[in-house]
Amino acid sequence: MNKPVLEVNHLSTHFFTDRGEIPAVDDVSFAIHEKEVLGIVGESGCGKSVTSLSVMGLVPNPPGKIVAGEILFRQQKAGNEVDEDLVKISKKRLRRIRGNQIAMIFQEPMTSLDPLFTIGFQIIEAVKLHRKVTKKQARQIAVDKLKLVGIPRPDEVVDEYPHQLSGGMRQRVMIAIAMSCDPEVLIADEPTTALDVTIQAQILELMKKLNKEKGTAIMMITHDLGVVAEMCDRVAVMYAGKIVEQGTVRTILKDPKHPYTRGLIRSLPKMHERDKRLYSIPGNVPKPGSIQNGCRFAPRCGDVFDRCLKENPELLPLNEGHHCRCFLYEKEGATVHAETVARS
Amino acid sequence: MISYTIRRILMLIPVLIGMSLITFSIIHLIPGNPAQTILGEQATPQAIEQLEEQLGLNEPYFVQYGNYMMGLAQGDLGTSLRTKGEISSEIWPFLAATIELTIFAMVFAIIVGVNAGIISAWKQNSIFDYASMLIALVGVSMPIFWLGLMEQWIFAQELGWLPAFGRGNPRDPVETVTHFYLVDSMINGRPDQIWTSFKHLILPGVALGTIPMAIIARMTRSSMLEVLRSDYIRTIEAKGARDLSVVYRHGFKNAVIPVLTVVGLQTGTLLGGAILTETIFSWPGVGRYVYEAIGNRDYPVIQSGIIVIATMFVFINLIVDLLYSYIDPRIKY
Ligand SMILES: Nc1ncnc2c1ncn2[C@@H]1O[C@H](COP(=O)(O)OP(=O)(O)OP(=O)(O)O)[C@@H](O)[C@H]1O
Ligand SMILES: [Mg+2]
Repeated sequence: MNKPVLEVNHLSTHFFTDRGEIPAVDDVSFAIHEKEVLGIVGESGCGKSVTSLSVMGLVPNPPGKIVAGEILFRQQKAGNEVDEDLVKISKKRLRRIRGNQIAMIFQEPMTSLDPLFTIGFQIIEAVKLHRKVTKKQARQIAVDKLKLVGIPRPDEVVDEYPHQLSGGMRQRVMIAIAMSCDPEVLIADEPTTALDVTIQAQILELMKKLNKEKGTAIMMITHDLGVVAEMCDRVAVMYAGKIVEQGTVRTILKDPKHPYTRGLIRSLPKMHERDKRLYSIPGNVPKPGSIQNGCRFAPRCGDVFDRCLKENPELLPLNEGHHCRCFLYEKEGATVHAETVARS
Repeated sequence: MISYTIRRILMLIPVLIGMSLITFSIIHLIPGNPAQTILGEQATPQAIEQLEEQLGLNEPYFVQYGNYMMGLAQGDLGTSLRTKGEISSEIWPFLAATIELTIFAMVFAIIVGVNAGIISAWKQNSIFDYASMLIALVGVSMPIFWLGLMEQWIFAQELGWLPAFGRGNPRDPVETVTHFYLVDSMINGRPDQIWTSFKHLILPGVALGTIPMAIIARMTRSSMLEVLRSDYIRTIEAKGARDLSVVYRHGFKNAVIPVLTVVGLQTGTLLGGAILTETIFSWPGVGRYVYEAIGNRDYPVIQSGIIVIATMFVFINLIVDLLYSYIDPRIKY
């Protein structure tokens, strides 16, 4: 496997609100390797967006704050590789990386572009922040990027305003902005959730193309396992602020271990079982911070036993590159239990 | 854009006609007889009748209105009953004084108010935010005559820094061309008079600008708070833009529309002549001109004064509307 370009270790991002401290992201670790697409999946409210905003240094503060952990970004400096901790570096330095080497596209294409500026201006602005270019070059770059993301009539669209474009087109523009400085890492926070299905497929196709042709590593945030199967090399499954399982797409989809992951996969609609009622995991995602003791999934888990309610399971390795946070798979004692579960 | 502008200007015609009709009618409904006023208490009924005929006052209402509008269309605002002078030329020095003071007050109000509002929103809940919003609250609730008197007491009387009355030094009057003293002293090449005129503007300008400043600051802050939370601001931050560019270029431009509305309304109000401020600072403005005309029952002056002021108000609104569509591409032409 390639070297990691971005390594997140023990990241915790909390919100300090009137109702107390909310651990939206709690001790999360993952790595993205060169040219890789890493999926982060989980239900609404499990902390996916906060994780990606943490990496960008864009957590709204107040109320949010990174309280622990490091975000290591690999840089080439004079031929050597150095890690920069994005949590610790200066705001100025972070601004230089943000939008340049790490870029992000957001969940809400309809509202993510400034309505008062032309498309061209908004792309050129991103270019000019990080590159020395003349007016003419900048415009050319803007047109090229629009062409890259498959916008028809790019040299007219540069002079148009966001409200003249559809949601799908706007998301393409967002990708063009994100790609304007050819970043090493692209964070895509549910880039297709707000779009209709055919447009979704086109946007995913585009991102796949960028990953293949430009070698951009992508952190793909989604709650859609279909997107994961389509796009990702590896997947991290998040639940209530924690990663509960991590592995290659194959293992996660074919051989999921954590009861939550299994529930997620069971709830996928399948073509040949059209008549059956769709499965859904009983219960709701707990509010972050509401479960103090024990596994956070325990109240919804079908395989729950005493220990789950008292202790916090660790993220343990099962096989090469496959990790799971569940007592069922601890070496001693629990193996029998796991087998019974697997058989049922 | 151009066709939109022309359309908007054409749409002013009915507004102006309606406005003048209302003004004309109100003046006519006021009890009292202009001819009587001119001739005094002792005038004979014959003399009054004769004068009424001369002034066209015995004609039917709509004929009178028609005559008046014909005059207006040619820039004729009528004659003052008291001075017998042409109102159109008499009113201008007063109007210019008011416009000059209004511009000064509004520039002050906008610069201070907008920046205070922006920084308060940007650094929400900071000491600066609390302090400037407290000042803004005091500003809107402060009686303007009290503020004016305090200014005069502190800066004119006690410290002696600034003049308290009038537009300039009466012993060295500005040679008038446009009646805007700053402009005239520039035309005349008199830097000393520019400075004197400027100093005379400061106290009344600040007194007059305080309420608009406070309103603008609060409006800017609340509008900015809304904008700074929006998704596109996060996009710009994600590009790696500096805070100043995020806050001023994108933030303020998006927050400016409600602020513009307030600026337009406040400018219109100040142009109406702030009688209180003009009186305290002996400022020879249009408010006092019309106020004195009311005292003298100088009906043509009252009528034309109101029409001129209302017309300016209408035009300010037009400018604000045109600015909206210039700033926001989503506003349809
Ligand atoms: N500005 C905020 N103030 C307080 N709490 C917040 C804030 N933003 C997020 N949170 C908390 O963080 C948790 C995780 O939110 P996040 O937006 O990361 O969820 P998500 O996984 O992206 O969900 P979705 O799929 O709906 O986008 C939320 O449940 C919420 O409690
Ligand atoms: Mg989200």
